[in-house]
Order: sequence, then C-alpha cells, then structure tokens
Amino acid sequence: MAAVAADQTTQKTLGTVDAGRTADAEADRVAAFDATVAADERIEPRDWMPDAYRATLIRQMAQHAHSEIIGMQPEANWITRAPSLRRKAILMAKVQDEAGHGMYLYSAAETLGTSRDELLDKLHAGRQRYSSIFNYPTLTWADVGAIGWLVDGAAITNQVPLCRCSYGPYARAMVRICKEESFHQRQGYELLLALSRGTEAQHAMAQDAVNRWWWPSLMMFGPPDDASSHSEQSMAWKIKRHSNDELRRRFVDICVPQAEALGLELPDPDIRWNEELGRHEFGAIDWSEFQEVLKGNGPCNEQRITQRRRAHEEGAWVREAAAAYAAKHAPKPSPSTPPAAAPASSPASASASASDQSSARTAASARHVEETA
Amino acid sequence: MVLSHRLGEWAGHAPVLEEEVALANIALDLLGQARVLLSLAGDEDELAYLREERAFRNLQLVEQPNGDFAHTIVRQLYFSVYQHLLYERLAAGDGAFAPLAAKAVKEVAYHRDHAEQWVLRLGDGTEESHRRTQAGLDALWRFTGEMFQPVEGLDGPSSGVDREELRTTWLTAVTETVERATLNLPTGPQSGGWAAGAGRQGLHTEPFGRMIAEMQHLHRSHPGASW
Repeated sequence: MAAVAADQTTQKTLGTVDAGRTADAEADRVAAFDATVAADERIEPRDWMPDAYRATLIRQMAQHAHSEIIGMQPEANWITRAPSLRRKAILMAKVQDEAGHGMYLYSAAETLGTSRDELLDKLHAGRQRYSSIFNYPTLTWADVGAIGWLVDGAAITNQVPLCRCSYGPYARAMVRICKEESFHQRQGYELLLALSRGTEAQHAMAQDAVNRWWWPSLMMFGPPDDASSHSEQSMAWKIKRHSNDELRRRFVDICVPQAEALGLELPDPDIRWNEELGRHEFGAIDWSEFQEVLKGNGPCNEQRITQRRRAHEEGAWVREAAAAYAAKHAPKPSPSTPPAAAPASSPASASASASDQSSARTAASARHVEETA
Repeated sequence: MVLSHRLGEWAGHAPVLEEEVALANIALDLLGQARVLLSLAGDEDELAYLREERAFRNLQLVEQPNGDFAHTIVRQLYFSVYQHLLYERLAAGDGAFAPLAAKAVKEVAYHRDHAEQWVLRLGDGTEESHRRTQAGLDALWRFTGEMFQPVEGLDGPSSGVDREELRTTWLTAVTETVERATLNLPTGPQSGGWAAGAGRQGLHTEPFGRMIAEMQHLHRSHPGASW
C-alpha cells in the first residue's frame, strides 16, 4: 500500500518544474508517509521517508545488529567449558543464531542505503554503540543461564513490539529474531532451574548470577522516560510502541513470578506488588553506573571492542583472499555487453555460496538441537 | 567431539560473520555425531568429561590447535574429505555403523564442500593467503597417515571399508582440490614416528591435555552434579 502511494506521488510530480508545484509534491510525499504510518501500514525501502526517520532507523538497527555481534562474546566465553555435551550444543547453536541475527539486521539496515562494512567500521571506531549489557563479564556457568533468562527476556520484551514497527524490513527481521530469542530465553530459564534444583553449590552459583545480572538487565530498557532523547519522535513514527519505563515495568511483572518458580531471589528488597496500580513496584536503578558503562567505563567495554577489532583485523587477509578469488573467477563479460560498473568482488558476495547454504542450515540445526535438547 | 570443540573456539573470532555461522554449524554437526556415537558406548558426559587424556582415542589431526584461518581450513579439508569418503563406504556396507553413517554423510558432504571452497579461495586468492594455506598443508600433513590405519571394531569384512582404497581415493580428491587451488600437496611421509599417528592408542600431542583440562574443568569441579 505504501509503495502504491509513493508511485502515485511520483506520477503527480512528473513534468512539474515550477517551485510551487515542487513544494506541493513535497507536501504530498510527507502526507503519504504520514498516512501510511497513521494507518499502521509499513514503510518500504523504495518509499519516500523523512531523512531523520531514515537516520534514526539506521542508528537503531545498527546498534541492534552490533549488539548481536558483540553479544556473542560473553556467551562464547563458556562454549569450551560447558559442563555437558547437551548444554554445549545448545550454547553453540545460540551463539550461531546471534551471528545470524546480526546478519539479518545488517541486511535490513542496508535497505536504508548504508552497508554492513560501513556500519562495522563505525562500531570498530566507537562511533556506534551496542547494548550496554554486553559490557558485563560472564564469570560462572550460571551466567549463561542468567543471560538467557534475563537478558534475552528483556530483549524480547523490547523487541516483540518492534515486530509491528513502521519500517517493513525491520519489522520482518524482528518476527524471525523474536522466535529464536524466545527459544533461547526458555533454554536459559531451564538452565537456571537445573542449577537451582541441583546441589547447594549449583544453587548458590545461580543465585549469584541473578544477583549480578538483574540490575544491568533492567538498564537494557534505556534511560527513564524523562531522560530518553529519541523516544518521543520514535513513538510518533511508530518505530517504538511503548516507552522505556512502560516496557521495564512489564518486564519486572513477568520476572517476579518466574523468579519465584525458579526458587531464586531478585536482588531488590523494594520489589512488592501494588494492588492499586496492578503492577510491581521496584527499587531505584543506579543510573550513574549505566552512564559509566555507556561512556566506555564498564567492566568489559575495552575487552569487547578489542576482541571485535582483532577478529576483523586478523580476518582481513581472508576477506581480501575471497575478494581476489572472486575477481579472478568472475564470469567474463561477453564482447557485446558493456562491462559491469563495479566487479562483484566484495567478501560477502565471494562467500555467498557457502553462506547461503549455511544460513539455510542454521534453522535446521537449531531445530535439531531443540529436538534433542 | 574434539574437532567440534576446536571449531567452537572460533566463536566470536571468525574473519566474517558468514564464517561465524558456518564454523559453528559444522561444530554442531560434529558434536551431534559425537553424542550419538558416545551414547552407544555409554554415558556421553561420563565419556567426554571423566576420561583422562590417555583414554581418548581421537585422531591427532583433530586435536591440533586452530592456528590461523588457513590452518583451520586445511585441517577441515584433510579431515572432512576423509570423513565423507569413510561415511559413504560405511553407509554402503552392512556393518553396525551403516545407519549412523547414512545419516551423517549428508552433513559431512557439506563440511567437505565448505573446506574445498575455502581452500580454492585461499590458495588462489592473494599471495598472503596462498602462503598461509601452503604452510597449513605442510604443517598438518604428518597427521594424515593415521586416518588410514585400520581401526579395530570398525573395519570388519562387512564394514565396506578398505583403508588402502580409502587412502588412494582420499589422496586423489585432496590432490585435485589442492592443485586447483594452485597449491602443492606435501610429498613426504604422512606420519613421522609415534607422535604423529598414535591417537588411536591414546597417545596424543601436547596441546590436547590443555584442551581437555579446559573442557572438563567445570564438570569435574562438581562431581555427581547434573546440568
């Protein structure tokens, strides 16, 4: 529907040269955009959109993609030490899914006229962020469970409304991602449950992990509503559907009974049910810690970005090799057709055949783990 | 199981995101195959986490550290071509492993394709990638002979496996890929002394002990616990 509206606008502008008519066309485009958003329909890549809408989406989707990629590190930290083969398979599949989510999100962001390489460069240069949560260390095996339950739980609470986001490619990526994330979240919960019901030492390990991950998880919803710079506009554009505080409250309401079922305590003595409001009240968040982590002073900021940069730099020769090979073996243009403007020599296209296969197989192997888990 | 563990070490370190997915995918396939095999022999976790180094029977090739991406890919090439040919033969025979091999052969065919495609890209890519890949071929060559030594219990008359025939077929296939990649397959002996070829007897290389120390540490720290 949005595409049709834009096409009509384009037709109307054909042949118009004088300034008045151009201004009318501009007003038409804005009106078409506003009408699409108001009708809860999707904006698609070829549709006209305000520059600020495009910019805010690129920022948010890039940050989201970067979070998937950096977020592999704290969990991958435990792959080689997973305490059973079943848990090891689940964790490997999860980390693999995160790489896949990063790829979906970079692709979705590319529909807005940026590129994965450009976004990764910005991440490596510290010009784009990733979620603050991944700057905390995974110190015990139970942290893997706490990340699944709390961090993925918070991510899902944030992301389910994004499945209805006004930008089509982002909304569709989120539908796919949320399915897999919910599965990871259940696995994390189940991991913690096994520990909580296990030996005394295992129970203590689980409680300690929840103690360390609870507050950082609440911070994942972002600053309080009165301090959130992008919220109002994002809500007007229907990129966001709910405020930070609203989602945070929803998350606490979900977690309290789950913690009870787990037999673990949430490290907040102020949590209590408020009958009148019909929701839980909870203690004050230490926003100074949040600010420090955002500024780069969290426990693992340095380590995370250094590892990411190192993987990228140490992999440069591999990407160059793939590009050189692709250029050498590109099909020769026939004499009658003009040569292509640019050789298809990006590493991404060079490794396309392997990656197409592997991403198709990702879903299959995730199901395999689910079945055998 | 051992190769799966080594590939798991790549998570978060791969040169492109597609390879994060691909290497983890292969690691998961291999772990799945290992779990089926270990479960036939006993309790998979007991066998994985409570055996000492000397009780492991894996090939020394698969325990070799990852090195750079070329080193990892060459290890994959040597092993996955062997594994693919072996499983094809086991699947065609009527030995005890035939049904398992029939199931795994599809996965292994993909691993082989992945390794071959990368050897081509790296060998015939840049000067640096060519040099690194040749270094990998040379360094790991001495661990390949072990794959063709007869294995007790696996290579019966009904298994369909003739290790000498396997060696010839493997050599032809690997040579073809390596030459297409403008590289050279080493010509020296495929094993040198007991240190390159005795994994089946529980004699391993030094990096292996450190690998299983890391792998087993948590499990061993909580005796009797379930996870």
